[in-house]
Amino acid sequence: MAVSESATETVAAGPPPATTGFIGWMRRNLFSGIWNTLLTLVAAYLLFVIIPPVASWLFIDAVWSEAPPETCKAAHGACWAFIREKHRVIFFGRYPFFEHWRPLLGMGLLITMVMASCFRRFWRPWIALVWAGGLGAFFLVMWGGAIPISYRTAAIAAAAVALVIGLRQSNGGMRSLMLWLALLFAALILAGGAVIRVLDAVVKELFGVDDALAPLAGVWFEIPTGLSFVPTSLWGGLPLTLLLSILGIMVAFPLAILLALGRRSKLPLIRMFCVGYIELIRGVPLISLLFVGSFLLPLFLPRGVEIADLARAQVAIIGFSAAYLAEVIRGGLQAIPRGQYEAADALGLSYWQKMAKIVLPQAIVLVIPPIVNTFIGLFKDTSLVSIVSLTDLLLSTKDMAIGDVNWRAFYAEGYTFIALIYFVFCFFMSKYSQYLERQFETGRRKRR
Amino acid sequence: MKKLAIAAAAFAAAALVAGPALAGKDLDNIRKRGSLVCGVNTGLAGFSIADTQGRWTGIDVDVCRAIAAAIFGDANKVQFKPTSAQQRFQALQSGEVDVLSRNTTWTLTRDASLGMIFTGVTFYDGQGFMVAKKLGVKSARELDGAEICVQSGTTTELNLTDFLKANNMGKAKAIVFEKIEEATAAFFSGRCQAYTTDASGLASTRSKDAKNPDDFVILPELISKEPLGPAVRRGDEEFFAIVKWVLYAMVEAEEYGVDRANVDQMKGSPNPAVKRLLGVDAKNDMGKLLGLKADWAYQVIKQVGNYGDIYDRNVGPKTPLKLERGLNALWSKGGLQYAPPIR
Repeated sequence: MAVSESATETVAAGPPPATTGFIGWMRRNLFSGIWNTLLTLVAAYLLFVIIPPVASWLFIDAVWSEAPPETCKAAHGACWAFIREKHRVIFFGRYPFFEHWRPLLGMGLLITMVMASCFRRFWRPWIALVWAGGLGAFFLVMWGGAIPISYRTAAIAAAAVALVIGLRQSNGGMRSLMLWLALLFAALILAGGAVIRVLDAVVKELFGVDDALAPLAGVWFEIPTGLSFVPTSLWGGLPLTLLLSILGIMVAFPLAILLALGRRSKLPLIRMFCVGYIELIRGVPLISLLFVGSFLLPLFLPRGVEIADLARAQVAIIGFSAAYLAEVIRGGLQAIPRGQYEAADALGLSYWQKMAKIVLPQAIVLVIPPIVNTFIGLFKDTSLVSIVSLTDLLLSTKDMAIGDVNWRAFYAEGYTFIALIYFVFCFFMSKYSQYLERQFETGRRKRR
Repeated sequence: MKKLAIAAAAFAAAALVAGPALAGKDLDNIRKRGSLVCGVNTGLAGFSIADTQGRWTGIDVDVCRAIAAAIFGDANKVQFKPTSAQQRFQALQSGEVDVLSRNTTWTLTRDASLGMIFTGVTFYDGQGFMVAKKLGVKSARELDGAEICVQSGTTTELNLTDFLKANNMGKAKAIVFEKIEEATAAFFSGRCQAYTTDASGLASTRSKDAKNPDDFVILPELISKEPLGPAVRRGDEEFFAIVKWVLYAMVEAEEYGVDRANVDQMKGSPNPAVKRLLGVDAKNDMGKLLGLKADWAYQVIKQVGNYGDIYDRNVGPKTPLKLERGLNALWSKGGLQYAPPIR
């Protein structure tokens, strides 16, 4: 209704009508012309029709106290007693009831880290370590049981150490050596079992010793945590939704940068791979990727080898978001004037220096709104994992809370409640993106 | 050069080892793992649902517990894996679950073409209609011209179409809803004159969702057969036989009046059939034939119950679902539940 053009209207001679205060504001914004007045009246009427029944359903006639379902049925309003009764399964899904403090703690950890990362003053390299530690603690508290130490754990630790040392090296040769080492260790995480088997066979051939290295493939030793073991198949509710979206965003974002750079690469093989990947993923719905991960993958795996549903869904979400984000970031890259690239080349910067120090910082700032758009979409898309039976916030509400026969008449309350939860997170993200835009705008203005 | 060749050969060997393992016997896998993995519904009251504290209840869930009790002597050695309707068959095929006990209708297609085999019927269901009493409708055939609320994408919708075609009821119209709650809400708000789903669903909807259950009647016709039961993968006859005979043992126990409460006293029963069932007589060890302990059926009944116990506990008249035994009564009481003799 607010039409700013009204400010340009000329005011007739005579005593000036009230232009200040509440009445003036209404006159300027709500009743500045015949159409505006009409729209205002129609809107006011609609609000008058809609708000009272909604408000009385939501608040006035609602059952707020603890009550059995019969009381709720007799009442005319919403049954918040249902949420009271079921909030724990809504929030934590199938996680063992008496261990609910663990997902609560994990969720708190995730939210705290996200909040902390929002402050620009914490945007330092060490925040990566904080996240690594925080995520480690999250998995520790969620999984519990004994932590098995095997070649995988060792390779993860080695890769992380090599990465950190490599990034801190100023010497170019040392730096690339360390980064290659990190890559090698990362490959070992996936292929370590096969490597050990091959080495085993080689040792057998050379020295005639059977299975000399086989013990390396198993679990070396275990560190007990004192908590009972909870497999990922029992994780659920809000912590699961948060984990899927946060890990999704964190892993998809760097992948997307690589894909976007690859798509603009001068090397045809890399360019073709990136274009092919992006177009393939953008060409199929996320549901089909989840289905592929959930249905097709297990048929190809040898029996006995199991990849948790959660991991499969997580990979599908990451792969999907990375393709979309890559296109967003490419938009940013294309908006950077050629002069910037050429200036960087003229300074003799290497490709990665040019991208990391000149191009990407500008490009990403340009595309903050669409990036956040993708993040919000990703956050809401995580609810699709319910079709592959991961008990995310939506499925825990639908099947575990509303699925209870005694309470199933109150599905509207259940969905309203989780809609509110989704809204809070999405609204936070959109507000934060506006804040970031303002931050960077002022930053740029100062520099000029 | 030689070393390189060796390494290459070793690599090839490793690749072979990493390839698909030979399909082992499912029963061996279950024993080795020490627990049964059971595919269940993500949430369907009376059949398989986790309560506020995450404990699973329901007929399908109890069937899984009974199988575990027979194999391990411990009904708690079950891991429940919730599966969606789309996912369930694949979960069984790929070996993610050992048995699929998830209100699944036994049909020829499923039995013959999905690499699975049904072991029996734990619940006879069928699709019916519910109308408001004040309509005065006495039979589903009188519904020509009516609007009928139905959930989309299920066999329910297909059955309705078949029924309308077969009975020349061209004027009746199916009003399709994505979610079951939407369909029931639409029916009770008067959007449709009739509502159709499985009879068990109708009964529970009437008792739970209707403001006044007496205002609604369930019409006598069942327009489809929906025998629900557990299925296992093809290729392990021993496991198949165990699941099948666990179901039969529960029915047979009810037939002989052996239930959860009296199973210990019944061990002293003079009835030879009861003795055979409970494995009291060492000479008549039925469990051995199945590769189980002699007291397999005793453990099933003691820890889980006979068929009647399970039915009454989960869906029977005293539960919120309030389902009469109907087709699921014993054959001797006018129902369809029948077990070949355990001898």
